[in-house]
Amino acid sequence: MIEAIGLTKRYGRTVAVRDLSFTVQPGRVTGFLGPNGAGKSTTMRMILGLDRPSEGRVLIDGRPYHELRPPMRTVGALLDAKWVHPNRSARNHLRWLAKATRLPSTRVDEVLAQVGLTAVADKRAGGFSLGMSQRLGIAAALLGDPQVLLFDEPVNGLDPEGILWIRRFMQGLAEQGRTVLVSSHLLSEMAQTAEDLIVIGRGQLISQGSTSAFIGGATETTVLVRSPQAAKLAEVVTQWGMSVRITDDDALVISGGSSDQIGEMAATHGVVLHELSPQQGSLEEAFMRLTGHAVEYQADEVTVA
Amino acid sequence: MIEAVGLTKRYGRTVAVDDLSFTARPGVVTGFLGPNGAGKSTAMRLVLGLDRSDTGFVLIDGRRFGELRRPLRVIGGLLDATWVHPHRTARDHLRWLARAADMPRTRVDEVLDLVGLTKVARSPAGDFSLGMAQRLGIAAALVGDPSVLLFDEPVNGLDPQGIAWIRKLMRTMADNGRTVLVSSHLLAEMAQTADELIVIGRGRLIAQCPTAQFISEATESSVRVRTAQVERLQTALVHKGATVRHEPGALVVTGLDAAQIGELAAAHGVVLHELSPRRGSLEEAYLHHTGDAADHQAG
Amino acid sequence: MTLLAVERIKLFSTRAPVWCVATALALTIGATAGLVWLNARHSDGVSPESTQTLYILGLAVTMVMATLSVTTEYRFGTIKATFQAVPSRTRALLAKATVLALVAGFVGEISSFGSWGVARLITGSPHTDIATADEWREIAGMGLVYAVAAVLAVAVGALLRQSAAAVAILLLFPLLVEQLVEIVPGVGERLHDWMPFVAASQFAGTVDPTLPYGPWGGLAYFAAVAAVLLVAALVVVEKRDA
Repeated sequence: MIEAIGLTKRYGRTVAVRDLSFTVQPGRVTGFLGPNGAGKSTTMRMILGLDRPSEGRVLIDGRPYHELRPPMRTVGALLDAKWVHPNRSARNHLRWLAKATRLPSTRVDEVLAQVGLTAVADKRAGGFSLGMSQRLGIAAALLGDPQVLLFDEPVNGLDPEGILWIRRFMQGLAEQGRTVLVSSHLLSEMAQTAEDLIVIGRGQLISQGSTSAFIGGATETTVLVRSPQAAKLAEVVTQWGMSVRITDDDALVISGGSSDQIGEMAATHGVVLHELSPQQGSLEEAFMRLTGHAVEYQADEVTVA
Repeated sequence: MIEAVGLTKRYGRTVAVDDLSFTARPGVVTGFLGPNGAGKSTAMRLVLGLDRSDTGFVLIDGRRFGELRRPLRVIGGLLDATWVHPHRTARDHLRWLARAADMPRTRVDEVLDLVGLTKVARSPAGDFSLGMAQRLGIAAALVGDPSVLLFDEPVNGLDPQGIAWIRKLMRTMADNGRTVLVSSHLLAEMAQTADELIVIGRGRLIAQCPTAQFISEATESSVRVRTAQVERLQTALVHKGATVRHEPGALVVTGLDAAQIGELAAAHGVVLHELSPRRGSLEEAYLHHTGDAADHQAG
Repeated sequence: MTLLAVERIKLFSTRAPVWCVATALALTIGATAGLVWLNARHSDGVSPESTQTLYILGLAVTMVMATLSVTTEYRFGTIKATFQAVPSRTRALLAKATVLALVAGFVGEISSFGSWGVARLITGSPHTDIATADEWREIAGMGLVYAVAAVLAVAVGALLRQSAAAVAILLLFPLLVEQLVEIVPGVGERLHDWMPFVAASQFAGTVDPTLPYGPWGGLAYFAAVAAVLLVAALVVVEKRDA
């Protein structure tokens, strides 16, 4: 569990993070979202004790970072996969880390197996692909078998297989009861990975809660209907106070009613349905709506000169 | 239009691209997919004339790169956003490119405005964040107002606003009749952006087809149905030869499409609460197609 | 003309070339001023040609500028942008060599006339008047030597692609290697006679009667070496992956 309480961080006169409080629950993957410059990295650095908060504090499993002995046994982080000496083998990289935190060297082979690097453990890390480096970084984060894990943009540069692997891996860690906090700009990826979200903008909390509640709260839920008797159905649902929009390919997009209600009405009026799909908004739509005013820097609308 | 014909490129003893042919058409966004090491970047470098192919050739709007008199007017590419002199300002970087493309000076301000870098135009490019560098790279690709655009992982380093912006930009460019070829590892993003796909693995073509076809051929499509009259509908469905699976609160039907199920329900007086066609994801389809072409899999 | 403008914008939109030009001039003219001032106390006059002996200082800095204009393009990847913008790599490289030659020529002229002018100011002696054709060649011709050296430096940069290697070769060759060649037993002296920068100074400095060529022959030989290197660079760059 990670608890941030009234976190504030000032760099000179700029306030990077302002009175930020949130809780990251164990047993689920929590996505950490925000536009560039929102204060995500600063917050992660404060969680890991790399930056000191100007005000407020962060507790990891109930204690501040500097009281953790040794910290690697409580919290592991993947911030940058390239922090590895290129001529050292994966195994040796992990061996010195294990020594530094007084962990048995058998742990090295365990984490290598966990991330699937056993076969290349004795090759030099400099020759690793980005995906393999990422796995090595994760292996290092896992060495101390920590209950809390932090990932900063873990899929950057990975290919689809790597992305899928990381997604499943993080979900697996959460299922083991660990606390997993992952920051990312890739909303469609986050929508698949994270059960909970913490969204910040301009250093302040915008939203905290489940992903589905975040999307449901910020976007409109509609029902897409196709029917050979679309006009008739449109008339009926309009009478019941629902609003109808017709798409380019003659489907109805109905808002203001559930698919159950529309199905009942169709049956009552003898309307044959070819499709009746509830449409949820996307995480992207919800995110844009809620952070729209919190963007530091934005390109103009696309126009072609 | 980009036409690659029989491209082969070796680096020493490794064959990066192996007899690769594909076409990217104008008016659509073509996604270029493949695992790391599949040869995407090499293929893009060959298209832009940066690397010399061992065999085969590439035609850009019918001509070879070397025959283009003002290449920036025909093809703009963003392969690596860090290919900028760190001490040169964004404006100066675009200024020499505009000059090379014989574009008027005003074009520089236009593209700066288009990518949202006007305010930082006089800062050295070395001070830019990855997202800003990416925007500068896109501005550089657009400077000659080319009819063919090539982007390698364009959303790299962009935040959600930036990602939505570039998706819209590519859409607009394609709608204006331009050829847009974009490589990406982000399949959920590609599923939203690309009309057609070129998929390669180990330097060879795996598939070239519309995105919808790529997905439907490799994944099972099913229909999720909710109703209070489960028994009745299920009997009718099975009778028609459909396969029915149970999910909490719903049936998942394969073998019939949503319209057929809807007609069947109406004929049997079944009230539907949901009738949602479900397509497989691009990710599933991609993994199905490239399963054996990935270069290094974790053991 | 377009390509020349492109290369001009690239050259002057970073600070390094401006600093190089300033350093080349300050170094040559400043050092010449110091030398003349010291000599002026002991002898009664300074000849025009003696104001040009330190030209190699500015020349070295100018060659560094020229070679960096190519190697930094490789270092920062802008060479790919250049080749995307200009389909013919030969023309792109020729344009760069031309612009650098023009700039270097200009630096050479300012440096030689500047050195001469500052000497004349210090001594105020009519000995420094430029009178003979040889003296005119040594001073007014300096731009040619700089221009050829810049072409040579561009070629070396394009061949090596690495700043450190190119700069090392361009500095060590004239300042060290050409002097050391003389001690090679047997052929040393003959070899020394045909070193490119030895040939260049036959044109830019006092004529050495023991050399097998005169001042203009020296310049022609220096230019021929630069041309051979440039052709080699063009062939390699056209063939090589960017």
